[in-house]
Amino acid sequence: MKTVRIGAGAGFSGDRIEPAVELAEKGDLDFLVFECLAERTIALAQQARLRDPAAGFDPLLVARMRAVLPACRAGGVRIITNMGAANPLAAAEAVREVARELGLQGLRVAAVTGDDVLAEVQSGDYQLDETSRPISELDCRVISANAYLGATPIAEALSQGAEVVVTGRAADPALFLGPLIHAFGWSMDDWTRLGRGTIVGHLLECAGQITGGYFADPGYKDVPDLARLGFPIGEVDEEGNVTVTKVKGSGGAVTPATVKEQLLYEVHDPARYLQPDVAADFSGVVIEALDADSVRVTGGGGSARTGSLKVSVGYIDSYVGEGQISYAGPGAMERGRLAVEIVAERLKIMGVACQETRGELIGVDSILGARLSANGTAPREVRVRFVGRTDSLEEAERVGNEVESLYLNGPAGGGGAAKSTREIVGIVSTLIPETQVRTAIDIQEA
Amino acid sequence: MRLRELAHSRTGDKGDTSNISVIAFDPADFDMIAREVTAERVREHFRGLVTGEVVRYELPQLGALNFVMRGALRGGVTRSLALDAHGKCLGSAILDLDVEGSTVRSAFG
Repeated sequence: MKTVRIGAGAGFSGDRIEPAVELAEKGDLDFLVFECLAERTIALAQQARLRDPAAGFDPLLVARMRAVLPACRAGGVRIITNMGAANPLAAAEAVREVARELGLQGLRVAAVTGDDVLAEVQSGDYQLDETSRPISELDCRVISANAYLGATPIAEALSQGAEVVVTGRAADPALFLGPLIHAFGWSMDDWTRLGRGTIVGHLLECAGQITGGYFADPGYKDVPDLARLGFPIGEVDEEGNVTVTKVKGSGGAVTPATVKEQLLYEVHDPARYLQPDVAADFSGVVIEALDADSVRVTGGGGSARTGSLKVSVGYIDSYVGEGQISYAGPGAMERGRLAVEIVAERLKIMGVACQETRGELIGVDSILGARLSANGTAPREVRVRFVGRTDSLEEAERVGNEVESLYLNGPAGGGGAAKSTREIVGIVSTLIPETQVRTAIDIQEA
Repeated sequence: MRLRELAHSRTGDKGDTSNISVIAFDPADFDMIAREVTAERVREHFRGLVTGEVVRYELPQLGALNFVMRGALRGGVTRSLALDAHGKCLGSAILDLDVEGSTVRSAFG
């Protein structure tokens, strides 16, 4: 039976690059996928594009392409990535530029556009999923709106001969489903295969998270050689069943346990994992070990897609100011608590308008709260973290300043103060009928 | 016995919702885990951290449970003031739950 080998070369925009090179050189791949767009990334990229019309794509695109293009071209490995972010056309041109630099003339690079639906959602009657309020209430604070595209334009670009396909926002699994539809000729109403292809994409899209990353727990779940973690390969058959593996000799591990954890990662109802192309059903999936670092995933399916696409809307939400300072030795925790009280009172006295604040001790109660973190012993060092949400950057700066001034004006022995501010780009979502979204493919040779 | 001895977990996030999988190391323990680790117990365990409902999905052929917790991420990953805005650490905390020990299994290794 014909099989297709797909590798995952990145699971987020800052991911390691060498594992992708290892895949390109030794993975015996047909396709290499880079998934680099988190929820908020595209809104930040849109801001960058507003400042510079040639910007707005992934900052590591050029470095990644330089690293993998020679091996991919030589081995006939085609690349699919969402590193186009807010500017797929400029990103595709950047890939061609790298190809010309490397002497890879004629490389066919496609840009998929159409995910940017800002004008449509601003002019139409769209409600936010989170609040059921109209989008127009966010007013001028909205900076981006991108629909999660499905696999069709990716499959089409590959059918037109693209060797590299660059998208903006697309559903993460669609980056994998696209090449499978292209390679096997699956029909767009074959819900079982589309569902299984979605499962393949879901398993691989976070790269190292299925080969032993985000997994190790010494003494309980040991993983060899995480510093040389190998990224995954899915060998997929025409039925959509997949064997997950990695390059021999690379670090990490592929076991039924790593695959099960990733199957349920970011999943709600396993029987209805809603995607642009299909409502995938993970509930009947069977997972079994074949060999070392080789796991077979069969079954699963899907049902008809909803006809709506999810849209991520980015908007300027607020500003956040933060300060941290450490206390150690006997009474560390008490001095830390006193520091938190002082900062809270200072902000009141100084009239710093915070919508919301958090004062906590890292190592004591900052992650799970005091009740779940209590273990009956007094910590010998604590780090105070005080953070406040404000309407302006200037107000946010005052939060960190109050923590820093604890050096001279706060409890005894405060050390290592640090402060920061950031603009918060919030993300909310809405749904758009798929018929309102027009995709286009632009293919050009380097 | 702590759940950590019998199961492993992973946390994922979407908006203000966190999901935690609980997966039995040995499928033979799944029924007991499913009996003990109920949605109500998980909600009580995360009292103060999770403000919304907790829904449990079961995948017996994988020996896995999936807990979906609404209102778990302080308004959502992108705007939360929390240090661990994604709630990535929550999955380790669920393994602290006490469950009935499997004496048969320990007797036979």
